[in-house]
Amino acid sequence: MNPTFLLGATLLLPLAGALLIALTGSRPNLREAVTLVTSVLLACTVWSLLQDVLAGGRPAAILNEVAPGLSLALAIEPLGMLFACVASGLWIVNSLYSIGYMRGNGERRQTRFYVCFAIAIASAMGIAFAGNLFTLFIFYEMLTLSTYPLVAHKETDEAKRGARVYLGLLIGTSIGFLMPAIIWTWIAAGTLDFTAGGILRGKVDPVLLPFLLALFMFGIGKAALMPFHRWLPAAMVAPTPVSALLHAVAVVKAGVFTVLKVVIYVFGIDLLAETGASQWLVGVASFTLIAASLVALTKDNLKARLAYSTVSQLSYIVLGAALATSYGVLGGALHIATHALGKITLFMCAGAIYVATHKTEISEMDGLGRRMPFTYAAFLVGALSIIGLPPLAGVWSKWYLGMGAVDAGLWVVVAIYMASSLLNVAYLIPVVARGFFRPSPEPLPQSAGAAAAPASGGIQEAPLLCVLPPCLTAAGCLVLFFHFDAVVALLRPLVP
Amino acid sequence: MSAALSALSLHLPILQVVVPLFAAPVCFLLRRGLVSWAFATLVSWAAFVTSVLLLRAVMADGTIHYEIGGWAAPWGIEYVIDATNAIVLVIVAGIGAVVTPYARVSVAAELPANQHGLFYTAYLLCLAGLLGVAITGDAFNVFVFLEIMSLSSYILVVAGAGMDRRALTATYNYLVMGTVGATFFVIGVGLLYMVTGTLNIADLARLIPALQDNRTVHVAFGFIVVGMGLKLALFPLHTWLPNAYTYAPSAATAFMAATSTKVSVYVLIRFLFTVFAPTYGFMALTLDYVLLPLALAGMTAATVAAIYQYNIKRMLAYSSVAQLGYMVLGISYGSVEGLTAAVLHLFNHALMKGALFLALGCVMLRVGTVTIDGVRGLGRQMPWTMAAFVAGGLSLIGVPLTVGFISKWYLVTAALDDSRWWIAGVILASSLLSVIYVWKVVESAYLREPPAGRAVREAPLSMLIPTWVLVLANIWFGIDADLTVGVARTAAMGLLGVAP
Repeated sequence: MNPTFLLGATLLLPLAGALLIALTGSRPNLREAVTLVTSVLLACTVWSLLQDVLAGGRPAAILNEVAPGLSLALAIEPLGMLFACVASGLWIVNSLYSIGYMRGNGERRQTRFYVCFAIAIASAMGIAFAGNLFTLFIFYEMLTLSTYPLVAHKETDEAKRGARVYLGLLIGTSIGFLMPAIIWTWIAAGTLDFTAGGILRGKVDPVLLPFLLALFMFGIGKAALMPFHRWLPAAMVAPTPVSALLHAVAVVKAGVFTVLKVVIYVFGIDLLAETGASQWLVGVASFTLIAASLVALTKDNLKARLAYSTVSQLSYIVLGAALATSYGVLGGALHIATHALGKITLFMCAGAIYVATHKTEISEMDGLGRRMPFTYAAFLVGALSIIGLPPLAGVWSKWYLGMGAVDAGLWVVVAIYMASSLLNVAYLIPVVARGFFRPSPEPLPQSAGAAAAPASGGIQEAPLLCVLPPCLTAAGCLVLFFHFDAVVALLRPLVP
Repeated sequence: MSAALSALSLHLPILQVVVPLFAAPVCFLLRRGLVSWAFATLVSWAAFVTSVLLLRAVMADGTIHYEIGGWAAPWGIEYVIDATNAIVLVIVAGIGAVVTPYARVSVAAELPANQHGLFYTAYLLCLAGLLGVAITGDAFNVFVFLEIMSLSSYILVVAGAGMDRRALTATYNYLVMGTVGATFFVIGVGLLYMVTGTLNIADLARLIPALQDNRTVHVAFGFIVVGMGLKLALFPLHTWLPNAYTYAPSAATAFMAATSTKVSVYVLIRFLFTVFAPTYGFMALTLDYVLLPLALAGMTAATVAAIYQYNIKRMLAYSSVAQLGYMVLGISYGSVEGLTAAVLHLFNHALMKGALFLALGCVMLRVGTVTIDGVRGLGRQMPWTMAAFVAGGLSLIGVPLTVGFISKWYLVTAALDDSRWWIAGVILASSLLSVIYVWKVVESAYLREPPAGRAVREAPLSMLIPTWVLVLANIWFGIDADLTVGVARTAAMGLLGVAP
């Protein structure tokens, strides 16, 4: 089919899905079928676009000119293609998981949940394929607004507070910093199009470049650079499927994706390397990386620990961009994919544990591994991938990031990457270790889903739809390790 | 037939004003509520069509001059329509045409039956006054229409006394402040007449450059700026506005909030840039040291005040004061970019405030109160109304794909163009603060349970459709702003005498 048509379809499919979900809200089975069919169709669309991009095609389309010089434009390049593949592929898995989780927990207002989810995915597609900063900004805001009802889903006071922090920080940074940065770029460069090699060379005084970069980096609140990271832990009040797909994949990756886009296509790696405008960012990202890992160590709530782990992992990518070397940028881009697979596994496992036992604190999870072996096995695989051990995909992106640091001559950054990997071990492995090796404190209260299971000692897993998806993504970590050259081949054109 | 039409099209400028003006007494004679409503609807639609035709003619052929009774300017009264007032005419007549169909149910619910005819009479007079202020090219004529508009809007506000007697004091306050404003304006015009001997705006513009060191001209300038500042609710002269908007009937609030202050902003623009010119020393000082600080102070102070409001109508009224600050800010730049942003925001703000107040009118009809607690749980009970409110609120905040975003974009661009970073900062900070008050309503409507036993239905279609027309206009002109930006830029260039 015509690639331009497919490009539009990536936006329209999830939106049409959202509409259908809203219309079928009174019939849950049909509604979930709509979600699944939409996600599969979207993945197929993205897949056929991927073939086109791999063959060297660069589909583009201008949807509408909003005001003179500002147009809503879509254009595909490898980085966006990767992000779209990750988001749309994992949406299928996560939709299965959502069904298991939302029904297993008997959550209310599921129609709103699925509608907002589909709109959020449409926004993520828009971000992935945005042809200029203006379009990207529009979808960036749309993503924030469409995920707000998901964060506030439970409608408790805690959820409202979390959602306020979420909205306040994301809207605040984007309107307060990102918008002026974009307007500054517009005034200086006269264009907002993403252009290979950047658009700012010779347009902005090199002395001011670090400030413009700072406006961008802190403006992209979704990248969770400290001190604007608080929204991510706050968003953990959302149901776990939201945390899994949006706050481990779509939303946060939209943030770091935007960071990479800005670094590669607005500033240009060479310009940053020549002027050293991103040197301060190396420091800030390194600090976030280590500090968030340390905070994660102190968290007993499993989802909070994972959230801080995400903050830390996002900074890997920002740091890769800040290095302004080919390998650094490439590593950052690869880390979008590998971390997504690993982290969504971990979150889905945390949700499965919650559905089966209603436990949220790690200290209460002693001995659970023997009851939920599949969940815990998937968790272990995801954790090892995040730590970066072969034969799991996570090792590759860390490898490239490390090479990027060496290229930049910053051995200290290599050391930081290594230290952080050790911290990953320290905060992820105990979860698994407690699950398998500690004795369970008391007989587990029987939850609704596991009522029919044999008495203590037997396997009491969460519903199948909660357990299968994390196992699938864990297997994905393994498969991706062996087929990583395909991803690298996709991203090759990104760097000279 | 076509000859008659072309003859008619020659006289569009006068028809724009005369039709609603003469329709008002007819409306009064009709007496019966429903009949006078139907008549007012017809008239307001005719006015809208006229204004659109005028805008098209102006954009195609340039400025239109119309001499009343064939008396040549500057002796006779002249109507002059360029891009600036053509767009104001479209705003006023457009909002008027949207609000009248809406008013039937809303007014019937909020006013006693014997006042309906009077309400529509005052409404049409107000419309005629607003259109007259915008269209005329004669300074004294501006005052005349200003008074028609003001007197009729006092009636519109006081019509709310049946529901809440505080409307009486609100109107009294509005009356005093409004009269002071109009008097100041006419004193200024009188002083200008004293030194120039003319009242025609174009003639004034021709004569004043030679007199720019004349102290009387300076005093006249001061009176006019302060007078219009009162009329347009420039902080800190805004104190009449929150109460007037809060206690007026819903339809009147929506109409006035979207139009009357806008027309005053237009008069200010007209006098600042056409009659006087930013090249004069005293004028540049006024822009930089009076209007700019007051605009910034209004933007922040009124926004903060809005956050603390419990009554949502009053919250939006304070928000209007803040938004007027944005317009005055654009004016105070004195540049093409700034004026473009100001004119653009004039149009855009009418759309968003119109939509918001109309949505509130729906709430008023069904729930009987428009407080933060009153709307709780309404997200599910009145989904279309609250969705309209959310869309209008997002536009107010300046979320992309709404007109609010376009306004913010141009305001910030204009500030950065002059390298005034801190102003851009204040604009963005104030729009972030507006998130807080909009979200207070959103949280209450969507994340709280409705009070037990309150069963409300969705508002009737006759009210929902006008509301959604404005909401969709918010989105439409947010996605396709070529037209509005183009008109605003033409207007700004015309005002500053810059060749395109």
